Amino acid sequence: MKYASQAVSKLYFMAAIGLFVGQILFGLILGLQYVIGDFLFPAIPFNVARMVHTNLLIVWLLFGFMGAAYYLVPEEAERELYSPKLAVALFWIFLVAGALTILGYLLVPYAGLAKMTGNDLLPTMGREFLEQPTITKIGIVVVALGFLYNVGMTILTGRKTVITMVLLTGLTGLAVLFLFSFYNPVNLVLDKYYWWWVVHLWVEGVWELILGSILAFVLIKVTGVDREVIEKWLYVIIAMTLITGIIGTGHHYFWIGTPGYWQWLGSVFSALEPIPFFMMTVFAFNMVNKRRLNHPNKAAVLWAEGTAVMAFLGAGVWGFMHTLAPVNYYTHGTQITAAHGHMAFYGAYVMIVLTIISYAWPIMRGEKAANKRAQVVEMWSFWLMTVSMVFITLFLTGAGVLQTWLQRYTDTPLPFMEVQAKIAPFYWMREVAGLVFMIGLVLYVYSFFAKGESAGDATPV
Amino acid sequence: MSEVFTKSMARNIYYGGSVFFILLFLALTFDTMGTLPEQDNRAAITPQVALGKKVWEENNCIGCHTLLGEGAYFAPELGNVYKRFGNSTEAIKAFIKSRPVNGVPGRRSMPQFNLTEEELEAIAQFLKYSSEIDTQDWPPNIQG
Repeated sequence: MKYASQAVSKLYFMAAIGLFVGQILFGLILGLQYVIGDFLFPAIPFNVARMVHTNLLIVWLLFGFMGAAYYLVPEEAERELYSPKLAVALFWIFLVAGALTILGYLLVPYAGLAKMTGNDLLPTMGREFLEQPTITKIGIVVVALGFLYNVGMTILTGRKTVITMVLLTGLTGLAVLFLFSFYNPVNLVLDKYYWWWVVHLWVEGVWELILGSILAFVLIKVTGVDREVIEKWLYVIIAMTLITGIIGTGHHYFWIGTPGYWQWLGSVFSALEPIPFFMMTVFAFNMVNKRRLNHPNKAAVLWAEGTAVMAFLGAGVWGFMHTLAPVNYYTHGTQITAAHGHMAFYGAYVMIVLTIISYAWPIMRGEKAANKRAQVVEMWSFWLMTVSMVFITLFLTGAGVLQTWLQRYTDTPLPFMEVQAKIAPFYWMREVAGLVFMIGLVLYVYSFFAKGESAGDATPV
Repeated sequence: MSEVFTKSMARNIYYGGSVFFILLFLALTFDTMGTLPEQDNRAAITPQVALGKKVWEENNCIGCHTLLGEGAYFAPELGNVYKRFGNSTEAIKAFIKSRPVNGVPGRRSMPQFNLTEEELEAIAQFLKYSSEIDTQDWPPNIQG
């Protein structure tokens, strides 16, 4: 570790992994509720468990991004973090606010939570992924601003690199676009139109900038390839991301009361959205092939390559599968969407956070790479989680194809609940795949504690 | 990538492309905002519909259902439930009211939300309003 202040990211990474475990636990509950409808009812109804599952995901990814920024920004800017104290303070504020919100979901009926937190004053609750009480949303803004100030001051007063400038652009976009979560008009079409400015422009816009810059940073470190080459790739990838992704928002404007021309614009531009992800895959493998050094952290290299491949499959291929308007007419809001959502979030954002943790954690412990045995355990966890996520996606896709056929496509469409009963076998298999994912995650956590076969097995810095 | 394609060219594509498409997106948004009044059924928004949307949000209905195809996939689409229930707000109210507190053994069941008569009427009116938004003929059939 070059700068002492980089160590604050350890806190962020620990919180991220802890919340990740909670997220998967609730994922398993949800999966079971799909087949045993009254499981935990009425104590934890499906909607509550789902809120916990998706909100934990968002919060732990944000912890991961912030941890990544605190780690890589000082090293890139070649100076200590502007204020490590602020970073630690914001960590605790974010963690406590997040924990209170999740407890609120679990312990108070949602309508009661809305009343308690004064949703009447500025109603923003009850919209997918933005279920947080308004006061929590304000807290998120405060934390984001403090974080941006800290990281921004570090970057702007230090060495400016393409990686940090792209990261800063992505993080600023993240904070600015989140402000649309406070706009909640009664007009449902307007509400939905701008809701996507948070959701789509995050995950298919500015988050990809953050993903790209973290990946570029790790690739420079583990391959030793010339920075000039990597930065050129980064520019091209994020250029394609924004060129396709911004108008690509149109694939959400097909059936929500917006004009018909979005069917053309959304189809064409989102059909191009796989391009930046494909380039990312070519980029990662090319850099590893041209490597000038053999970094001892094989696990980090595996995560980096895995991110590129799985992001392309999940976001690129599974996104393309249902993005053309004539296809989406039948698949919109079915298990196809769920399939795509799972692999895209895992492939792009979960894996990039695990990549930077894999690379940075041993260094923060004073080693260049973890000991061999710990790396083997970590790579097992990589394969278990990744392969089981592929199966979760395949089973949900099977469920979605059948659902689309039975409920939407045939001449004698069946009611929703009848179709759900018919596709239950797919849900059971998804749940089994989910259990394997959990085993992978437990192994992942264990890999941090795994001792080498002999003392001093780890590669010293 | 070869030496012909330089980093500054890549940077220019990034900046130029982003700015161009952000502006195009804003222009399209401006145009959409102009055409929405003909499609989004805003004339039907009454104080009762507004209350209905609030009831919808404060009971996290989107946590199980989809509305115009967006939301969770655990329970039926509600954008067209008014039509599916025979153009009847009474049927919607009766369904919500009749949910058993402890659920149905082994099956999915909607929670009992204990809504007041005013809230029930409001949510039913909100769903009626939603069903009359011009959604380009989506969903494909009445099953949602």
